[in-house]
Amino acid sequence: MSIDTSLEAKRQIEICNACRYCEGYCSVFPAINNTKVFDKPSLTFLANLCHNCRGCYYACQFTPPHEFAINLPGILAEQRQESWQEFAWPRGFGQLFHRSGLAISLLVVIGAALMIWLINLLPGQENAEGFYRLLSHQTMVLIFIPAFLLPIFALVKSTRDFWASINGSALQVTHIKDALTTALSLKNLSGGHGEGCNFEDEDRFSLARTHAHHAVFIGFSLCFLSTSVATILHYFFNNPAPYDLISLPKLFGIPGGILLSVGSAYLAYLKTKADPELSSPKVWGGEMAFIVLLFLVSTSGLFLYILGGTSWLAELLAFHLGCVLALFLLTPYTKMVHGIYRVAALLRDAQLKSRT
Amino acid sequence: MDLFEKDFDVIVIGGGNAGLCAAISAAEQGAQVLILESAPKIYRGGNSRHTRNFRCMHRTEKFPLTGRYDEEEYFQDLIKVTGGKTDETLARLVIGQSEDCLDWMVEHGVRFQPSLSGTLSLSRTNAFFLGGGKALVNAYYRTAEALGVEVSYDTEVTDVKLEDNRVTEVCCRYQEREYRLTPKAVVVASGGFQSDIDWLADAWGPAARNFLIRGTPYNRGVVLKSLLDQDVLSVGDPTQCHAVAIDGRAPKYDGGIVTRLDCVPFSVVVNRDCERFYDEGEDVWPKRYAIWGRLVAAQPDQIGFSIIDSKSIDLFMPSVFPPIKADTLDELAKALELSQDGLKSTIEKFNQACTEGTFFPTELDGLSTRGLEIEKTNWARPIDTPPYYAYSLKPGVTFTYLGFKVDKNARVYSQKGPIDNLWAAGETMAGSILGQGYLAGFGMTIGTVFGRLAGGEAGSHVH
Repeated sequence: MSIDTSLEAKRQIEICNACRYCEGYCSVFPAINNTKVFDKPSLTFLANLCHNCRGCYYACQFTPPHEFAINLPGILAEQRQESWQEFAWPRGFGQLFHRSGLAISLLVVIGAALMIWLINLLPGQENAEGFYRLLSHQTMVLIFIPAFLLPIFALVKSTRDFWASINGSALQVTHIKDALTTALSLKNLSGGHGEGCNFEDEDRFSLARTHAHHAVFIGFSLCFLSTSVATILHYFFNNPAPYDLISLPKLFGIPGGILLSVGSAYLAYLKTKADPELSSPKVWGGEMAFIVLLFLVSTSGLFLYILGGTSWLAELLAFHLGCVLALFLLTPYTKMVHGIYRVAALLRDAQLKSRT
Repeated sequence: MDLFEKDFDVIVIGGGNAGLCAAISAAEQGAQVLILESAPKIYRGGNSRHTRNFRCMHRTEKFPLTGRYDEEEYFQDLIKVTGGKTDETLARLVIGQSEDCLDWMVEHGVRFQPSLSGTLSLSRTNAFFLGGGKALVNAYYRTAEALGVEVSYDTEVTDVKLEDNRVTEVCCRYQEREYRLTPKAVVVASGGFQSDIDWLADAWGPAARNFLIRGTPYNRGVVLKSLLDQDVLSVGDPTQCHAVAIDGRAPKYDGGIVTRLDCVPFSVVVNRDCERFYDEGEDVWPKRYAIWGRLVAAQPDQIGFSIIDSKSIDLFMPSVFPPIKADTLDELAKALELSQDGLKSTIEKFNQACTEGTFFPTELDGLSTRGLEIEKTNWARPIDTPPYYAYSLKPGVTFTYLGFKVDKNARVYSQKGPIDNLWAAGETMAGSILGQGYLAGFGMTIGTVFGRLAGGEAGSHVH
């Protein structure tokens, strides 16, 4: 963690602590009030508790060019980024992919090329329908089981290190309930009055980002559910893909794909409208590439369904699987990881609140 | 600029709380309204951007206010701080209408939050804006713009011309060019003159050059002077300003709330010559902070030093600047550029005069010194546990009292009588009601009530 970022975050937070006008916006300010010393653990915790709703920036009397030069969403975003990169395992991957949209794009291209190569190289599955004819179920399992398990291992390690670093202690059911309710409702993007955050149009409060995030989150969850259900059907009910329209994988997958596609496109659009200085400008490219990747995963999946019967199948399949592979592998090293750190910070916040 | 070619019904001078309430109210009457704001957009909103609540009468519990606060109690609170220097008719008008303001503010975009931590004592009387005064200002600009109100930033009004007891011209400067506008009606809401240091020094004396200005640097009293020079009637003591003691390291302008210091009651305060000059423990700080501006202003170089030891460092809200810290009184004196012997001798005398007793930081504990020329009558504990801490104190000016005489319709008067098409709101007329002292959150109440009145009157005048 850079000393400059921590010092600057501490300087700004101490000014906030002497003001407290923003107490009603989110969880960060009450947490600041209850913090005695702004050391590295507390700064890391506060930075990850911040959802970048930006309400405090537009309400602040002391933003630049004022000599106090407060930009709390900006400096907390820097601090947050540094913590994600520090706790990423292996660390070098975190540093590379958070910052570089190009690296993310390259990985997608490599993934897609790999799939094309495999489709051409391997015989596929005889007697199978749909895409298993091009790439056998067994091959897919061989690729995606490690691509699924390795990131989970990395995430568990990062989460444990992070939790220890912010002095997290044993959890109680009430903490989990509190944190999950707050996280799932995106309460910290509500502005305190339920009218949303300040993002795409300066100080105007809007629920656009909340709605876009809900779409992405629900869409992603439905897609994940679809894949999980399909796996169960495959192994336990001897019912492999492809599935009919009226089947559980499709009933979860199609709405999920549409929600994820629309939600990520909306998030990307909103991001182009927002002031990059109130976040971490260094990772703008990496974050945007990640949102585009979410869009490509879902949209290519939908196209695969629509155009599955055409001669485009092989190319579409390779591209879709390449995107999914990149998304899985990059989960610990892109914006995707924010969910885990946020929930951890909210859990810690619930613990600290229950003490006072 | 194209904007200045258009014909406006109403020009509002000043884009703070009062001006915005006036602009919105005039626009709701159907008037075409232009706000001339001297600050750039980032610093818009005058002193309102530094406020955090408004004082509100309420007969029943009403979010975010607790309990009840009736007209009589409110009025008596005002009498206490002003020593009776108030226009009772106008004061009761403001108090009476403050209750309606709460709903009006919510309808026009302002959001409230429960009393901030550390301000529980205000939860019954003052409604806190969610995000503070700048959030309120932002909300009003959004509402005004949605009603078609135009805003010109960086636009300083240089002159308001009167002929036959009506405003004929508003002269302003924008990007080095002069413009003359001829609206049908004008609302002045451009604050006091505290940011014109020359004027302040003329009024108060040369010591005023060492004062800090807590709020906007754009309240230079230009419109106030222009109109008073044309025989418009004034109220309020032209020599006085409201000042509190703030951190001496605060910026010259715009330091706002975070430069306040709450350590005085737990400290020993000395001047440049290491002498104490007032009872630091006379009363709880919310009741005493306002007099310390004057007390420090009367000291050589207009500076004081509040000295505590490690026993008290966690007893008050932190300031924006960390205290000066030292392990011995000698080192502390050196860091403060005070005489080492002088400081030590004052602190030793003080320590010897401390008496046994129980210390209660949150209430008058009667823990008093005995035998000093100036006793400290509460919270008097010896300064003897290193590390020692110090804050410098300087007077921080909040506002000036000089303003326009208005009637209950916010209309401005000249010696010839009511001016046909000129109204005033906010700090620029508050001297009628706040003749001296200050009541927390009352400035915003006056601004809201009179802003709405002035804008409504100006709006109906043009139709």
